Amino acid sequence: VPELIVYGIVLGSIIALGAIGLTLVYGILRFANFAHGDLMTAGAYIAFFLVTVLFPWLDIPDTTFGSLSFGWRMALAFPIVMACVAMAAILFDRILYRPLRMKRSGPVILAMSALGASFIIRMIVLILWGADSLFYRPGVLRPAIELSLEIKIRPDQILILVTVLSLVALLYLFLKRTKMGKAMRATADNMELARVSGIDTERVIIWTWGIGGALAAAGGILYGIDVQLHPYMGWNFLLPLFAATILGGIGNMYGALVGALIMGIAQQVSTAYLLPTYKPAVAFIVMILILLVKPQGIFGRRRT
Amino acid sequence: MEIGGVIAYLVSLAIMAGIFAVFALGLNIQWGYTGLFNIGIAGFFCIGAYTSALITTPMPTGLYAEYVRQIFGLNLPFILGILGAALVCGFIAYLIGYPTLRLREDYLAIATIGIAETFRLIFNNEHWLANGPRGLMGLPQPLQGLVEPRYYNYVYLLIVLAIMVVIYLSIERAIRSPWGRVLRAIREDEIASAMSGKDIFTFKMQSLIFGSMIMGVAGALYAHYTKAISPGVFTPLLGTFIIWVMLMAGGSGNNKGAILGAFVIWFIWTIGAKVLTDLLPYTLKARAPYIRFLIIGILLEIILIYRPQGLMGEEKRVSKMID
Repeated sequence: VPELIVYGIVLGSIIALGAIGLTLVYGILRFANFAHGDLMTAGAYIAFFLVTVLFPWLDIPDTTFGSLSFGWRMALAFPIVMACVAMAAILFDRILYRPLRMKRSGPVILAMSALGASFIIRMIVLILWGADSLFYRPGVLRPAIELSLEIKIRPDQILILVTVLSLVALLYLFLKRTKMGKAMRATADNMELARVSGIDTERVIIWTWGIGGALAAAGGILYGIDVQLHPYMGWNFLLPLFAATILGGIGNMYGALVGALIMGIAQQVSTAYLLPTYKPAVAFIVMILILLVKPQGIFGRRRT
Repeated sequence: MEIGGVIAYLVSLAIMAGIFAVFALGLNIQWGYTGLFNIGIAGFFCIGAYTSALITTPMPTGLYAEYVRQIFGLNLPFILGILGAALVCGFIAYLIGYPTLRLREDYLAIATIGIAETFRLIFNNEHWLANGPRGLMGLPQPLQGLVEPRYYNYVYLLIVLAIMVVIYLSIERAIRSPWGRVLRAIREDEIASAMSGKDIFTFKMQSLIFGSMIMGVAGALYAHYTKAISPGVFTPLLGTFIIWVMLMAGGSGNNKGAILGAFVIWFIWTIGAKVLTDLLPYTLKARAPYIRFLIIGILLEIILIYRPQGLMGEEKRVSKMID
């Protein structure tokens, strides 16, 4: 079980990247973005294209970094994919959500539009890459490092944790220190008030989608490195993402981080007793329990 | 193709469209009239189909029991299977509604996705329950001996259409009653209805249960039409998404629209598939189902932005008292 907790923290940190984006979008645009999991899928598959098709063609060397399972190709792909998915998220907002926002459609209509978007992304992935599982680097697993307490951890997993921590730290600095970060927090608190005080809320919305998309892409790639790529990976992430978001209180970034770690650990530890395929169901049960006991989340403010 | 073949093909299309129309009617109560966002229709589809299958099939015996395992088999008639499916779906709807209907509207959506996924996983992994991923086969069909087997689809079409009409009439009746007007009031303005002394939670719960029971009936109708069910059928794509597109295309808040949408989308879906597969180059043929779903997804986005009222739109006046 201690080993499962460590793996849970790794999975939780990947969930966190999605959940933080989801909670930002939820807090600022006030609708449930059901396409968020599929933005993770999109990120993972765009990286697959770069690493296995484009970069070999450009003659970028395939050597790996030390005992990690990837090298320059992935290091180069990572920021490019984050930018691509950020753009895609913004594009989706311009084409699909903005017209609905302008018509003052309710949050449920926007959520339905997002559900449609999630199917569109998944179908494009299925058309381009088919339904089979894929790997960035097929072959043997890298040897694991033995820690105390019979815990084994792969170098990749340590790097995943470091990457997530640095991305969260960057986001924290962005929200605290920059003018746009402050505008985003103000808009999340009260959009009307923010607009009255001269904040360009449309720009805030663009930034929100950009950050959400970039983080989701990072999460998708890291999951692809840790486990595998699958067209339904994002859909399977949807329940843990929402569970983490609700657990932490909607709109609360730090809550989402903690909620994601709890969901990651709960899902991994459950595999000691249940089949691993039940992971989404575990997330669902935890979410129902939260809704029954403390629907505003552990760090959430009470909303009317 | 000879004319008899064409008619047989159209009958099989109409049976499936009729079953989907029942789903769309159930969803119309929840979404069209009450504004409940249920995106786990596949879950009720799955539960309805399996409940009816377990009620109507006999417990496997002899050599057959080596290959098929199911928790029970009651060998009861079709009509009891349908009733059982409705009751179990209503109960599951109550369990989902209880924690979520008091909260923000999108919590129900997330919870229904969860229940759909959870039940699909359970039926897939628990072999003792209903034979795991291989599913159940040999479901009985009602009035089997009435006509020659090759004409049986005509009988089943009549059964489906009769059930569809009964459900249509009962919803029309319910929605024109004071109860139906409260549902619409809740959809339009929850706070105002609460201030008029209506118990929002109870009305929403009744609507959720009523709609889900109808979805259970539709699931049972599907199971007895195909005679074989497995968890792979009840995916979010075919089990949930296409029914939403049908209702949105036909016009949510309009029962005739729900039926029209189901028939139009199902005919486009199946006939379009044939055309699309013929048009595509050989290398892309295997991907044709995904291309179809992509087109359906884009169609939903277009409807949402340009024609949210669908083909028919909502009937504004539902009471005979006002004119």
